[in-house]
Amino acid sequence: MSGTHLGMPSFPEAARDAVHDPTLRGNLRHATHTIRDKRARAVAELDDWARLREAGKRIKDHTLRYLDRYLVRVEEAVTAAGGTVHWAADAEEANRIVADLVKATGESEVVKVKSMATQETGLNEALEAEGIRAYETDLAELIVQLGGDRPSHILVPAIHRNRGEIRDIFRSEMGEWGRPAPEGLTDTPAELAEAARLHLREKFLRARVGISGANFMVAETGTLVVVESEGNGRMCLTLPETLISVVGIEKIVPTWRDLEVFLQTLPRSSTAERMNPYTSMWTGTTDGDGPRTFHLVLLDNGRTDTLADEVGRQALRCIRCSACLNVCPVYERAGGHAYGSVYPGPIGAILSPQLRGTGSEIDASLPYASSLCGACYEVCPVAIDIPEVLVHLRERVVQGGPAVRQGNRVVLKPARGHAAERAAMRAARWAFTHPGALRAGQRLTSRTRRLHPRTLPGPGRAWSGSRDLPEVPAEPFRDWWQRTRDGKDGAK
Amino acid sequence: MSSRERVLGRVRRALADVPADGAPVLRDYLREHGRRGADETVELLAGNLADYRAIVHRCTDAQLPEVLMRLLAAHGSQSVVVPPELPPHWLKAVDATRVHDRAASTPQDLDRVDSVVTGCAVAVAETGTIVLDGSPDQGRRRITLVPDHHVCVVRVPDQVVSSVPQALERLDPVRPLTWISGPSATSDIELDRVEGVHGPRTLEVVLVEG
Repeated sequence: MSGTHLGMPSFPEAARDAVHDPTLRGNLRHATHTIRDKRARAVAELDDWARLREAGKRIKDHTLRYLDRYLVRVEEAVTAAGGTVHWAADAEEANRIVADLVKATGESEVVKVKSMATQETGLNEALEAEGIRAYETDLAELIVQLGGDRPSHILVPAIHRNRGEIRDIFRSEMGEWGRPAPEGLTDTPAELAEAARLHLREKFLRARVGISGANFMVAETGTLVVVESEGNGRMCLTLPETLISVVGIEKIVPTWRDLEVFLQTLPRSSTAERMNPYTSMWTGTTDGDGPRTFHLVLLDNGRTDTLADEVGRQALRCIRCSACLNVCPVYERAGGHAYGSVYPGPIGAILSPQLRGTGSEIDASLPYASSLCGACYEVCPVAIDIPEVLVHLRERVVQGGPAVRQGNRVVLKPARGHAAERAAMRAARWAFTHPGALRAGQRLTSRTRRLHPRTLPGPGRAWSGSRDLPEVPAEPFRDWWQRTRDGKDGAK
Repeated sequence: MSSRERVLGRVRRALADVPADGAPVLRDYLREHGRRGADETVELLAGNLADYRAIVHRCTDAQLPEVLMRLLAAHGSQSVVVPPELPPHWLKAVDATRVHDRAASTPQDLDRVDSVVTGCAVAVAETGTIVLDGSPDQGRRRITLVPDHHVCVVRVPDQVVSSVPQALERLDPVRPLTWISGPSATSDIELDRVEGVHGPRTLEVVLVEG
């Protein structure tokens, strides 16, 4: 992934400010609770939801199993339909391809549809360095761009801002980027949406180059699908002469028919609608309608490393609906910025450390940014067992072991800072394999229980700083069993 | 080594010891939700369109020219974009200036037009969706995007299906497709839905019988 968020402090450190910011907590609580209830109603309308979820999971697993085959098929189909396909092994390569394509058109500005892939590669900054200005056109992305801010949610990148803050950003910043905010702009959402409409319209109408991602690519037909609400997507996909789509390699579905599953599960999971207002589907180029030139950039950037992990590869099923963020008690309190990645929330906690590796402080801490309550798994429309992957990644952080980085097999060293945990686990293993010692230890612990401190000393202090130590019983369980059952009933 | 070979090589190595996945995907989900007659399906479409703030009208084929005239007049439209092969009688009572979409028309030209009237390819009752496929009665994508007022005529019951799976069966992926469910909207401010951003802020759907 890009260096945008490198040097981020660990999750607990980054979350500390957010947890103490009452405005942010209020904004997040309000937004996530609103969408949570709506989603539950939208999902309840379909009595075959569980079967759709299972089918979605199976389609994605099948695609991932034969990803090489389907990638080649997408390439063939898009090329046959008049598009040009490029391959990018990492973020830097994707950005260079896009910058070169834009420069070849002679243009110095582009309009962008909200796209996680280009956020992940840091495309806007890369274009800026080449003298190309990228205008974000999704309302929330616009709020983030104008505010010089970072996105904090997959679907609603400005979820951390309330209407009053948005009005202030529009008033002070819109003039710098183009048409200023209307006089007397209030904080009603309808007026704010109108201000965005006016501000962006001139940019859409004159745009010569559009940049997008895609929600799905259909291997058999070469069709790309963009699901959106505002119409900014349609503007960017149809008005410019050149369209460049940067799409993660895991976005493939094999057949046209497969869309029937995801077009039912994605809108209900993300915006809690039966269907989102606009979905655009295009196959290469069409004479006389839409862009004359179409480029597809297939992006790896850590996805194949993720694919190599038996447990972790299920994260590649993700269709970026963000339902897991909206139900997560940790996300609700910590906010999206603490995750130090464009992918926040539970899915981010398993995706970022796999795409980027667990080398940095933030990535090594992300698998711990969870209470493992499992709500994310329950709502996931492709049944990603996020808690399972979190535990797997915790193991990788603490113990190290084999992994794949940039296509190469490596053996990761155990992360620093987990020495006490490793020592405790080693001691536990020894004790559990030596029953005599375990019994003696338990008795000793029970007899000395009045002398135990309330918090742990040394490296255990941080652990007991936010947790109560378990109370030690006066008599170990095994002694109690022996005494009350007299060693019978299989107590051997 | 090209990046193409590099990426494909990484994929193959990652999958080297993964067992084959021969089982077909079990599609035991429903082809449609609930059992309805043709009339009830049209009712459901009307209800779901209205639920997402499209304005729904119903009439017979004979009444259509008058209904379209009334809708454009009520919107105060001085001009209307006409797709290349819109049935000519649809607009015979309309006073507004007809603007024909030409290859040379710029987005700015379209921005000065008040309304657009089109047919559609298919409508989906369960989701309240109309789908355009760029056929000659619908025109290229930009004409239903830039003008602020879109009137879409749906022939019922033939153009109406119940569900998303049924709609996909009827559509040709080679054509550029636009699925429209209500006027443009956003949930970006506090995750609350607001209608009217970049696409047409008013969507009127006329369900025509006969």
